[in-house]
Amino acid sequence: MKRELKIFDKPRNVQRFLYSFYIVLLALLVVDLFIPKHGHFPWEGAPQFFAVYGFISCVSLIFVAKLLRRIVRRDEDYYDK
Amino acid sequence: MINSVPPAAIFIIGAFFIPFFKGKTKSAFMLLLPILGFMNLIHMTAGTHWVVSFLNYSIIFGRVDKLSMVFGYIFTLVSFIGILYAIHVKDDIQHVTAFLYAGSALGVTFAGDFISLYIFWELLAISSVFLIWSRRTQKALDAGYRYILVHVVGGLVLLAGILIHVSNTGTIEFDYIGLSGLGSWLILIGFALNAAIFPLHPWLTDAYPEATITGAVFMSALTTKSAVYILARTFPGTELLIWFGAFMTAFPIFYAVIANDIRRVLAYSLINQVGFMVCGIGIGTQMAINGAVSHAFCHIIYKALLFMSAGSVLYMTGKIRCTDLGGLYKTMPITAVFCIIGAASISAFPLFSGFVSKSMIITASATENLAIIWLVLQFASAGVFHHAGIKVPFFMFFGEDSGIRTKEPPLNMLLAMGIAAFLCIFIGVYPAPLYQILPYAVDYIPYTAPHVVGQLQLLMFGALAFILLILSGYYPAELRAINLDTDWFYRKGSRFLVYVFTGIANGIAMVCEHIFIKRLPEGLAAFCKKPMTIFVEAYRKIEGKKDRASGPEPELATTIPIGVSVVFAVGFLVILAFVFTMLFK
Repeated sequence: MKRELKIFDKPRNVQRFLYSFYIVLLALLVVDLFIPKHGHFPWEGAPQFFAVYGFISCVSLIFVAKLLRRIVRRDEDYYDK
Repeated sequence: MINSVPPAAIFIIGAFFIPFFKGKTKSAFMLLLPILGFMNLIHMTAGTHWVVSFLNYSIIFGRVDKLSMVFGYIFTLVSFIGILYAIHVKDDIQHVTAFLYAGSALGVTFAGDFISLYIFWELLAISSVFLIWSRRTQKALDAGYRYILVHVVGGLVLLAGILIHVSNTGTIEFDYIGLSGLGSWLILIGFALNAAIFPLHPWLTDAYPEATITGAVFMSALTTKSAVYILARTFPGTELLIWFGAFMTAFPIFYAVIANDIRRVLAYSLINQVGFMVCGIGIGTQMAINGAVSHAFCHIIYKALLFMSAGSVLYMTGKIRCTDLGGLYKTMPITAVFCIIGAASISAFPLFSGFVSKSMIITASATENLAIIWLVLQFASAGVFHHAGIKVPFFMFFGEDSGIRTKEPPLNMLLAMGIAAFLCIFIGVYPAPLYQILPYAVDYIPYTAPHVVGQLQLLMFGALAFILLILSGYYPAELRAINLDTDWFYRKGSRFLVYVFTGIANGIAMVCEHIFIKRLPEGLAAFCKKPMTIFVEAYRKIEGKKDRASGPEPELATTIPIGVSVVFAVGFLVILAFVFTMLFK
């Protein structure tokens, strides 16, 4: 048997990864409160704007992509038929 | 005059010598060509060089300025990386066409007139199609034919535009064109096709996933970015491009999310990235052009890196669909790290190359007060992280374990990826050298606290959405399916056309066959066999009705008066005489 990496086979490691990810998120939210802002648009100065916008963007991306799939999805041999 | 040669010449002439070398000499020769090209480049001075008189025109092979030099550098650099990645391939056709392809991209870049531009433009399409066909599968063959047909049509539109433009202006030299009149519109459409601007983009997502493993690396770098260069040269500040560019950044990410083939995901994200450049060109301010050009530079490296890592997986496992892959980090950890570096760069993480270039375009849109564009670009930035940044590494290297156990790709492939990965980080950490070679002086600092934190928030909370959707099971499952795009119109539409045309043509053919093949020869044959009988029958129809009614049919000879025959004979002679006089007059 060859040498293999298995760190993500253990659920505990996945949990650790996720927790550290959440800590980073929290840290970003906190840091955001303490930095001076000078954006070109008024909303750039709003607290946590980019966090909210990034989250909403990606959720709506998935929703729309799922809708899109209903319309455009075809079998893999569609063009050969 | 300078002691250099046209950059295209080194690659194009060099390409034809490749088949004459064998083994290690061949490898060394191929690696030497881009190095020679680079040495040649750095010795070129700004100005117009290599002007050749042709008919009454002067063809310019060397318009050397800051804009063309940036693209010259990056095309040469990516050729080196691409050929190092492909050095193990034992297929001269691929090597020769790859160099012809890179050479024609350099030719386009330094062309100062329409004639040489057009020739290199066509060579770009012709040489690159071999990188698709060399896969030697039926799918690749078909996709290659579609690819070349689409590019031939695009080339013809460009040619028509060039002819109109040249006849209006009286010169074949070009620089800024701008939208004015039919000629410029046609030229723009021709360029837009190569830049994969919606709705002229599907040739890219159709063909790139079918290209050879190593060919796709060249393709990801050259065609669209030479079009970006030429757009930056000829149509900067064209407002239309702002909107088309912004749309280009947004719509492919939806497709990328639901695409199954990893290289198709990368192809869609390629369009998304070129969208940023097109948008920057449309904005047209100095900062926007700088952003577009530097983004093209960074993009070529990280997109090549992503295509190389996906290609490594395809090379080692023979599989490339999300549904077939997963858990490869266990046996390909180095490739996984390179892929993640490419993913971080395309997502514009701070300290990676995309961050220092893309943000310039977005900032330029803010400076010009383009609120909607700014919001679309930020949405696309979050989206690109979602599909190219997370989806690509996740489904290949992590996710559900596919059970595939393989090993790292050959050393040359790892080295090529290593160089690209190093450059992604180097530019991200230390962008000054890149900023120095941009067309305009750079007055921009990427690393400010609000920018870094804002960008990290955008990306990390986008990632949070991904994680929550995956954990909740709402994330769209990877399916063995394809998704329709605008290529439907020519892939299915062509069948409709064939149906219509064969319907009409077959109808005409059937009628013609009935008349000219069946009835007419039959009639003629019957007539020629017994010429008189026909007339006799006709005569009898008119005259002989009462005779037939009265008794048995009389003998032919007796029923026709001799005079009738004479009249026919005379008539025949008259016609004969008439025909002869007409013929030998």
